[in-house]
Amino acid sequence: MLVAESLGHDYLSGGQRLTVLKDITFALEPGGFLAIVGPSGSGKTTLLGLLAGLDRPTRGRVLLDGVDLGALDEDARAIVRRDRVGFIFQSFQLIPTLTARENVQVPLELAGSPDAAAVADDLLARVGLARRGHHYPTQLSGGEQQRVAVARAFSTRPRILFADEPTGNLDGANGHTVVDLMTSLNEEFGTTLVLVTHDLQLAALAKRTIRLADGAMVSDTTR
Amino acid sequence: MSARFVWQMAVREARAARRRLLLLTASVTAGTGALVAVNSFADNLTASVAEQAQALLGADLSFRSRAPLDSSARVSTILDSLRTALGDRAAVAHSASFTAMAYLEGSGGTRLVQVRTVDPGWPYYGAIETAPAGTWPRLQDGAVIVDPSLLAALDARIGDTLALGEARYPIAATVVNVPGDVGLQEAFGARVYIATATVPSTGLLGFGARVRYETFVKLPAEVDAQSLAEGFRPTLREDRVGVRTVADDRDDLTDGLTRLANYLGLVALAALLLGGLGVASAVQVFIRQRLDSIAVLRCLGATTRQVFAIHLIQALAMGLLGSVIGAALGIGLQMVMPLVLADFLPVDVVIRPSWRAIALGVGLGVWTAGVFSLLPLLGIREASPLATLRRLADPPRVRWDGPRLVAVLLLVTSVVALAAVQVGSLVQGAWFAAGVGMALAALWAASLLTVRAARRFTPARWSYLVRQGLANLHRPGNQTVTVVVALGFGAFLLVTLFAAQHNLLRDFRVDSDEERPNLVFIDIQTDQRATVREALATEGITNATFVPIVPMRVLEVDGRRVSDILGRGRVYEDTTATPEGEDAREGSMWAFRREYRSTYRAALGGSERVTLGRFYGDTVTATGRTAEDPAPISMEAGVAGELIVGVGDRITWDVQGVPVYTVVTSLREVEWARFEPNFFVLFPPGVLDRAPQTWVTLARVTDPTVRGRLQRVLAERAANVTSVDLGQVQRALEQVLDRVILAIRFMALFSLATGAVVLVGAIATSRWQRIREGTLLRTLGASRRQVLRILGVEYAALGVAAALVATVLAGGAGWALSKWVFETRFTLPLVPMTGLALGLATLTTVVGLWSSQDVLDRPPLEVLSREG
Repeated sequence: MLVAESLGHDYLSGGQRLTVLKDITFALEPGGFLAIVGPSGSGKTTLLGLLAGLDRPTRGRVLLDGVDLGALDEDARAIVRRDRVGFIFQSFQLIPTLTARENVQVPLELAGSPDAAAVADDLLARVGLARRGHHYPTQLSGGEQQRVAVARAFSTRPRILFADEPTGNLDGANGHTVVDLMTSLNEEFGTTLVLVTHDLQLAALAKRTIRLADGAMVSDTTR
Repeated sequence: MSARFVWQMAVREARAARRRLLLLTASVTAGTGALVAVNSFADNLTASVAEQAQALLGADLSFRSRAPLDSSARVSTILDSLRTALGDRAAVAHSASFTAMAYLEGSGGTRLVQVRTVDPGWPYYGAIETAPAGTWPRLQDGAVIVDPSLLAALDARIGDTLALGEARYPIAATVVNVPGDVGLQEAFGARVYIATATVPSTGLLGFGARVRYETFVKLPAEVDAQSLAEGFRPTLREDRVGVRTVADDRDDLTDGLTRLANYLGLVALAALLLGGLGVASAVQVFIRQRLDSIAVLRCLGATTRQVFAIHLIQALAMGLLGSVIGAALGIGLQMVMPLVLADFLPVDVVIRPSWRAIALGVGLGVWTAGVFSLLPLLGIREASPLATLRRLADPPRVRWDGPRLVAVLLLVTSVVALAAVQVGSLVQGAWFAAGVGMALAALWAASLLTVRAARRFTPARWSYLVRQGLANLHRPGNQTVTVVVALGFGAFLLVTLFAAQHNLLRDFRVDSDEERPNLVFIDIQTDQRATVREALATEGITNATFVPIVPMRVLEVDGRRVSDILGRGRVYEDTTATPEGEDAREGSMWAFRREYRSTYRAALGGSERVTLGRFYGDTVTATGRTAEDPAPISMEAGVAGELIVGVGDRITWDVQGVPVYTVVTSLREVEWARFEPNFFVLFPPGVLDRAPQTWVTLARVTDPTVRGRLQRVLAERAANVTSVDLGQVQRALEQVLDRVILAIRFMALFSLATGAVVLVGAIATSRWQRIREGTLLRTLGASRRQVLRILGVEYAALGVAAALVATVLAGGAGWALSKWVFETRFTLPLVPMTGLALGLATLTTVVGLWSSQDVLDRPPLEVLSREG
């Protein structure tokens, strides 16, 4: 279960303190599918970063399966992410020096999986890239790169998956493919999905939608 | 930490970032190569000395003295007892070495030569090679064997007659190889070998002649020469007779050559440390470029330690690769070392790979790569996983916390330790590290100033191309400081060498000063003064002054007998001191043992000044004949220190068997580099006037033909008088210094090569930025030529900055060396320094432009579409 309690966050910019998130509170049940929407600069990505333990909140708490992420140091949060969290980014964030297959293997190897290569091959086949495993990211199209990112995100069967504008850099067809993959894997593995997007069509696929404006939660709707 | 994951990631990433990591590899290659070459050569040299040690001495044991050895009752007794005990199984050969004038009958050419006399049978071990071969035994038939250079200098041939003093010798052969002799000896006079039995007929070894006598002993295999020598040594020291064995020669040579190699190794180490800076720079840039991937890894759950370990493994692996390549290069390079050092080598060096040197070089290379990469690698800790979501506006703040301080400490300790290992002394290692550190700090500070000056003082009226080129020096992410430091360090070493060489040799230049004498006549007997004066007058030299020289030895110093001091082998300032526990100032045995050639005069010369006490002047009445009536003397400060005497101390001299009592009343500083009649000890007139003495006189003869004629006339009329052409001595010194500096310069070139690698690395790191800018400019209408000029201005500015900084620093270092080490005045060698500065600027520009071809060749569309 993911819980946000009175979350707030400030940044220092040019010596000035900017408040980018204010008093965000919600709880998300395991297996849920949450979309966080809002205009640019509304704090969506900051909220995602805090929920995923990529940063510590200035105020409030994030509890992931009962663990207060803000109370952990950076390395302890990394281990939490390794064991429980998956990511899909707008700009794919594949490691350019690794092949597609090796990119998928990374979380498995970090977790000490003995059959990382086999799992990676299986996942690549499922995202339709069985024959592209030895290609480097620069040798793949944007859609293919994002499919590799999806395979990587699900490789360790995380309890929760965070996706930041996963279709933002893709055309319509590729965007659909990636969304289909995400949702089908979500259903198959029972993974909780947290999706940040400004694409209302994509957000409409989620069971629950939180809308942000100027860093504050302005609505929380469940279908 | 999953070791398997770390290892796999290190391998995978290194595979894909090969080109970028190669810069790291190349940074340590030159330094490791230089180190392996020097150390491997030193090992081979040591092995060769060990193998050829017996041939170096040519016997098992030798006795050496400045006085004829048959005058030492102890030596005679020892030789007699050996003959009695060992009979025919022992053999004895006598030898004497001295300088003399040789002239060729017929042509009349004269030359200063180093004569060595030998008895039949010597050398007992090893062989002297001659051309024609096998002519060495002909010496005993009254022939002479000479260096080939003497034949060339006198335009002589085998079979011609060479005159040495009163004797005449047919030239039987030339020397090809003499074990133990170094090539540079020849610079100070060609070697001439004659039979010991023929020496009396030369008439050369009269009073005042400076001769080194040596007696060689061959022992049966079962006799241990070393323990025999240890038994004789203390008693023979009292007679000022030295004892040497094969092991002594081997150890001394090994020590000396190892020291030479160690110091050359320090210059190589400087190149490696510079490579360390290249490593640090390469790793820093590599990490900066990898920050996105690091953020992804952190995001996926990799810990700081894992990411740190991945990159440390890569740095170490690349360091290992660079070191292995460097070691291979070093093995090849050591073949060149004998060419560079040939003139210093007393043995034929057998070149083979030294595994110790290779292991040491590779180890130091890897260690350097690891230690220098630590600080930039610690920057990984500041890489935030948040960067996967958004580009962070502010660069992460550098935390000077525990790990960073430990890394700095490790770096400093390592540099000291590496230098200490190389030079074999912690103190010298620390000094070296401090020196390198100060030079680098000064270069770093000067580089920062250059960057700031480029930013603040580029005039707006200058053309855009020049302003853009200079602006590149302070662009974000510029490598100006790294490049200036790296290039500047190599140039600094080279320019310092030029400055040192220039200032060392300047004082020896007798040709540069119209007033300075260039011809010295020594060993003139009292009754030969008229002959010499007449010969000089014939050539128009009428103002020659004759300086008396009285040979003497120290008998007592402040009541302590020198024979006792020499017998003990040590002496301390404090008479109660002991070798084990006392740290009082220790005297030098050579100062107690040597023969002093003193003079008497009432005034100081132009190249000396009193530093302590009062010069006795011209009103001295003391005679020095009794202890109660000591004569005042003035001592050169250096030798006074070695004898542990100061103003007020008393010294009794043995002047040809007569004791002369003196008290030190003043200490002097002497400019030895000026070829003038300078002395360790000055006596007032009236004390030594009646002592046996020889004379020396100096003259200025500019015409070489006249010089040659004068030498020949004196060789015929006063055969024992030695005339020294100071021009030749000056050239010999220049030759020696040139050789030493060539060797150091050869090693310093590795630093410059490393600097060039760092330059290429620095250009490579900003390659994409340059390509993008160049493409943008070309898209906006700039021609390739204009882009080329912008780059040219940037690289030339870098080169000029590095050269300027290096030249200024080297000027400072040269001044410090002149003042405190060489103790001579300092002038800047402007021509070579300017040449080197221009050369460096050109090298930087050429290497820079060559490495930037991409900027000009990339099609704009390719770059812009990639940007999009």
